[in-house]
Amino acid sequence: MIRAFKSTIHRELILLYRRGSDLCLTVIFFLLVAILFPLALGPDQGLLAQIGPGVIWVSALLSSMLTIDRIFYADFEDGSLEQFVLSTHPFGIFVFAKLSAHWLTSGLPILIFSPVIGIFYSIPLASYPVLILSIALGTPALSLIGGVSAALSLGARRGGVLLPLLALPLLVPVLIFGTAATNAAILGTPVTPSLLLLGAVLAATLAVAPPITTITIKQAIN
Amino acid sequence: MRGLQNNALKISLTHPSFGSKSDKISRTQNNDMFNFLANPARFSRLSSKMKPWVGCLTLCFLLFGLWFALLSSPADYQQGDTVRIMYVHVPCAWMAMFAFLFLSTFSIIGLIWRHPLAHVIAQSAAPIGACFTLLCLITGSLWGKPMWGTWWVWDARLTSVLILFFLYLGVITLHKAFDDPVRCEKSAAILAIFGLINLPVIKFSVDWWNTLHQPASVIKMSGPSIHFSMLTPLFLVAVSFICFFFYVLLIRIESILASKRLETLHRQCGRRAQ
Repeated sequence: MIRAFKSTIHRELILLYRRGSDLCLTVIFFLLVAILFPLALGPDQGLLAQIGPGVIWVSALLSSMLTIDRIFYADFEDGSLEQFVLSTHPFGIFVFAKLSAHWLTSGLPILIFSPVIGIFYSIPLASYPVLILSIALGTPALSLIGGVSAALSLGARRGGVLLPLLALPLLVPVLIFGTAATNAAILGTPVTPSLLLLGAVLAATLAVAPPITTITIKQAIN
Repeated sequence: MRGLQNNALKISLTHPSFGSKSDKISRTQNNDMFNFLANPARFSRLSSKMKPWVGCLTLCFLLFGLWFALLSSPADYQQGDTVRIMYVHVPCAWMAMFAFLFLSTFSIIGLIWRHPLAHVIAQSAAPIGACFTLLCLITGSLWGKPMWGTWWVWDARLTSVLILFFLYLGVITLHKAFDDPVRCEKSAAILAIFGLINLPVIKFSVDWWNTLHQPASVIKMSGPSIHFSMLTPLFLVAVSFICFFFYVLLIRIESILASKRLETLHRQCGRRAQ
């Protein structure tokens, strides 16, 4: 079972590596969205430091939405999703592996590049650990909840518009607590409540989202 | 039509309660009712009988409620006559949450027992709930302007109700998103059940966070903190809204059943022509 998990992640990563552009696309999109705000709002450093955490989170949300529809769609189209269902291993393993692979290819790059945005927005250096920790806790939840929405809209007409409509309302708690944690760190107020709430959201989605995704995909296939 | 009836028959035959005779009478009666309504034609007959009564109830309660709310209840000592917005706003908010609970309940029934009518009921309830949510947001905004000095604040109560509205939109969109109707029903049902998480957040948002929106004053452990003269119109309007919900629900269910029947007839005609 663990081998099935590992080989699925391996397969996803190889597929992505061979396709090449997707990984860069996520990072470039993430950076571009974040760069647009200072251009629109003007280069006032105080203001930028204030909105910085929010902008990082909104950009992270949007750029993970960019690739989330692909985690199941290509396999749904060419029928390999059906083969996963028919395999002797529980289907949930494959779903969880695919979600993990999505986090590795969209959450992790965002995590790595978020300090760059932090510099653009002159966020004080002392609050970087909290920023990175909140993104590390929050982005897996983005992938998990995004996975539910991707499964729900699998093969839908106008799937491209439907997916954000389903996902974004569900992602609001992550956005709120993630931004609150970093803002608290900048202002010097206690950060643990927001981080704990963010962890709670992650724990809950980790328990609930993969089974729901599995059920949804199964009913989409037959 | 025939397809639906066959479906209902199959379900009634395979339903576990029909195998065991030792069941308590009340339970078999319940199951009989459960299966009785599985037949769309029977349901339509029943609903066309119920509809005028529910409509009359709506009208009666609404007239009484409005009379109490607009004429017979006192103005607030601080808010003046603006307080009368409450008699629309609060019942709308209750209905918004009730409709989502209703929608999710029937989604669960549809997914677990595969009751042929449950998804139709859920599909009919979603737009009504969305309208109540929108009305709640609009009336709240109109009330907020004179009282808070702003149309909108980003506090937890307002935000979570806005999210509820988007969840309704998601469910409504999913009901039309796929070519396969079964797929539509199931996806929408799963989202409706997933969205249940939002309901306790709405209810307790005023306690968990420090919000501009006032905390609960009617439904709470220590009893309502509103005077009787204001509580009466509030409940009268709320009851009339519930009746109105069911009135529109029956109309919508009938129309969806009729359109399904039309579709089946079209298909049959098409097959005969070939």
